[in-house]
Amino acid sequence: MSDHNHDHHDDHGHGHHGHDDHDHGSVKSYVTGFILAVILTAIPFWLVMGKVFDKSSTTGFVLLGLAAVQIVVHMVYFLHMNTKSEGGWNMLATIFTVMIVVIMLSGSIWVMYHMNHNMMPGMTSGMAHDMP
Amino acid sequence: MSNHNATADSSRYFVREHHPENGTLLGFWIYLMSDCLIFACLFATYAVLGRNYAGGESGAELFDLPLVAVNTSLLLLSSITYGFAMLEMQKKKLKPTMIWLAITGLLGAGFIYFELYEFVHLIHEGNGPQRSGFLTSFFALVGTHGLHVTFGIVWLITLLFQLKKHGLTPENGRRLMCLSMFWHFLDVVWIGVFTFVYLMGVLP
Repeated sequence: MSDHNHDHHDDHGHGHHGHDDHDHGSVKSYVTGFILAVILTAIPFWLVMGKVFDKSSTTGFVLLGLAAVQIVVHMVYFLHMNTKSEGGWNMLATIFTVMIVVIMLSGSIWVMYHMNHNMMPGMTSGMAHDMP
Repeated sequence: MSNHNATADSSRYFVREHHPENGTLLGFWIYLMSDCLIFACLFATYAVLGRNYAGGESGAELFDLPLVAVNTSLLLLSSITYGFAMLEMQKKKLKPTMIWLAITGLLGAGFIYFELYEFVHLIHEGNGPQRSGFLTSFFALVGTHGLHVTFGIVWLITLLFQLKKHGLTPENGRRLMCLSMFWHFLDVVWIGVFTFVYLMGVLP
């Protein structure tokens, strides 16, 4: 009896879930995402291989900006991220991770940049370049 | 459902009802987020060490951008073919699902092939991970991503056998959705790799 009950419940869960809450996307959304991704991939390769900008820093910032946009495109069109999936817990976990990643990345780079400059007096950045 | 079954059992299953349905997918998402932290650490390492060449060759001299472009397109294509596999799965069509999955696996294998080719080439020329801080962090980051893709392919082949044996059961559907998230997640990480490591690495 209990087995039957259990199965019934599970079936119900799947039937309900498979069609209503879970968005597998459509051909249209996958193709839209793919085309956007191709464009956002092609531009950075063109910028670097065609040496479009003279200054490296300009190219660098544009590349990082395009990568950020492409990551969002992938999240939305391929990973089907939205604020409602899994009752919002998906989004919450993502926001938390992004926060940790930003703190960790910016913190590491900031600390190590200052280490390089402050811990080795008399060392120019040109010499630091050749350090192992 | 508790109408015809008001026993002690039903109260037990009543508790079950309050668990989030499809908890596996949320759990897997949280695993992916922890994986994301691993990659973030490796990116931070590369950011710190990426320009320490120890008198050796720099990224501009070592990286073969056309090869990276080919690799990027292989991975991007495999993302959309996996998407098509999921759409066929939704329509309960077993055969097209398996064909799209197989194509995804082949594209992934092509990616691994070119990456190994690049690694072997670098090591053969004396530019292995022990050469400089730059190369250590490069191999650690790109190698970890490659290992993930390799395990993704192993998982994909396993699922192909599962599908052949059991068909599109709800369990297999759940497994396919987990692998789908894993695969698309690796593509997201690769965006960071080709932008930050390869393209920004060759900038003067």
